[in-house]
Amino acid sequence: MEATLTDRHVARQTPFVITMVLALMLSIAPIPDWASPYRPDWVALALIYWTMMSPKSYSVGIAWIVGLVLDVAQGTLLGQHALVLSLVVYVTVKFHLQLRQFPLLQLSATVLALLGLYQFILFWINGVAGVNAPSVTYWGPIISGALIWPVLTLLLTSVRRQAPG
Amino acid sequence: MARANSKQQFGTSFSPALGLRFLLLAGLSILLMVVDQRENHLDAVRKAIGATVYPLRIIVDAPVSAWRWIATTTTSHNTLQLENSSLRTERLITRARLQRYSALEAENTRLRAMLEARTRMSEQVRIAEILSVSSQPFRHVLVIDKGTRDNVYDGQAVIDADGVLGQVIEAGLLSSQSMLISDPGHALPVEVNRNGLRTIARGIGEYDILDLPFLPNNADIEPGDLLVTSGRGGAFPAGYPVAVVETVTRIPQEPFASVTATPVAALNQVREVMLIWSVEDRENEPQGSTQAPTTAESGNADGGDID
Repeated sequence: MEATLTDRHVARQTPFVITMVLALMLSIAPIPDWASPYRPDWVALALIYWTMMSPKSYSVGIAWIVGLVLDVAQGTLLGQHALVLSLVVYVTVKFHLQLRQFPLLQLSATVLALLGLYQFILFWINGVAGVNAPSVTYWGPIISGALIWPVLTLLLTSVRRQAPG
Repeated sequence: MARANSKQQFGTSFSPALGLRFLLLAGLSILLMVVDQRENHLDAVRKAIGATVYPLRIIVDAPVSAWRWIATTTTSHNTLQLENSSLRTERLITRARLQRYSALEAENTRLRAMLEARTRMSEQVRIAEILSVSSQPFRHVLVIDKGTRDNVYDGQAVIDADGVLGQVIEAGLLSSQSMLISDPGHALPVEVNRNGLRTIARGIGEYDILDLPFLPNNADIEPGDLLVTSGRGGAFPAGYPVAVVETVTRIPQEPFASVTATPVAALNQVREVMLIWSVEDRENEPQGSTQAPTTAESGNADGGDID
């Protein structure tokens, strides 16, 4: 009984864990120079999706830990992505019931706003910490992220449907 | 989904707890950032998390490595022969130069001994491979495959065959991050090889441009001058080539001339880098982690010396 419960628990977590690992890998994978300002914030997108769909299982705590890992992976100030990711996830969880009712287009617009918030706080922290960056590096990921969101959400939904639990 | 719904029936509202948790985590993040910005107490934390990210880096790098492997194994006999002969020629020339160099080095040591100056220690060099480059476009950071296990330390100088690349900013156990001299957060004390004029070369976020912001209008500098490390900052051993001066624009109204230089190292093309252990460094600073990547203070102090 105990074992099967643990097994089911593990099975339920698997899609989430795999998604997060893939998102982390995509955010450190080498891509050509011209494309790098437009690299979507994969980790933020994946977290928005999962916390919107199951806010009870995945919430700000997970987002914070993932954020720390992202900070180390990208070599940014420790706690920077942890803060913005938990903020974005907080907003998502807070309004997850409304968000789920939105049609795809409206949801994409909301994701655009969430990513805007994400990049704005990053920009602000970078400013305080004295890291300068051209503005396209902040605009690029917002736009590409919102554009890729419909594809991502369809993909992850089909994964979630097939997964056990 | 089913699970989330069934749970929702029991715990009707989780918003207050959520807000509280978020505020706690936000506070913790800010604390972390402040501590991380000022000191390097958090190195242990970074290293621990870094060790979990390391396998991901290897996997992410795998396609690139595989492609390179295929490219090397399928290189034709002809190409190899051509490359071999050109390498042979290059080796001959280098050896010829080296002969003169060792004579000069001996002479230099003798002269320095006469002057009772501190003898410059020989430097050890080891090759490291680049695992990945920074995923943030405006940060010029490389991840290399040597870490503290191979005695890499924070602040260590990284060079390629042509000149200075940057320095290690974060030595992990198996891999370390090194900041390139072109990173906007990097400043490097240099001197003009021709006349020993000292100044600071600052990165501006472009791979082929360095900025020399503290040179007065009447400074003796002209396009084509070679800039070498002055060794003043403490991180780099002296005498490694850094950049060649590209443009010098003297603006009469401004206190400083606008001078740019082109790095001699191929900052965005290298696959292998070399780490330098200078014996002096290790003796003076066993920790080796005192040199922060951006040293505005040392920049000003050095810049102030210029006449």
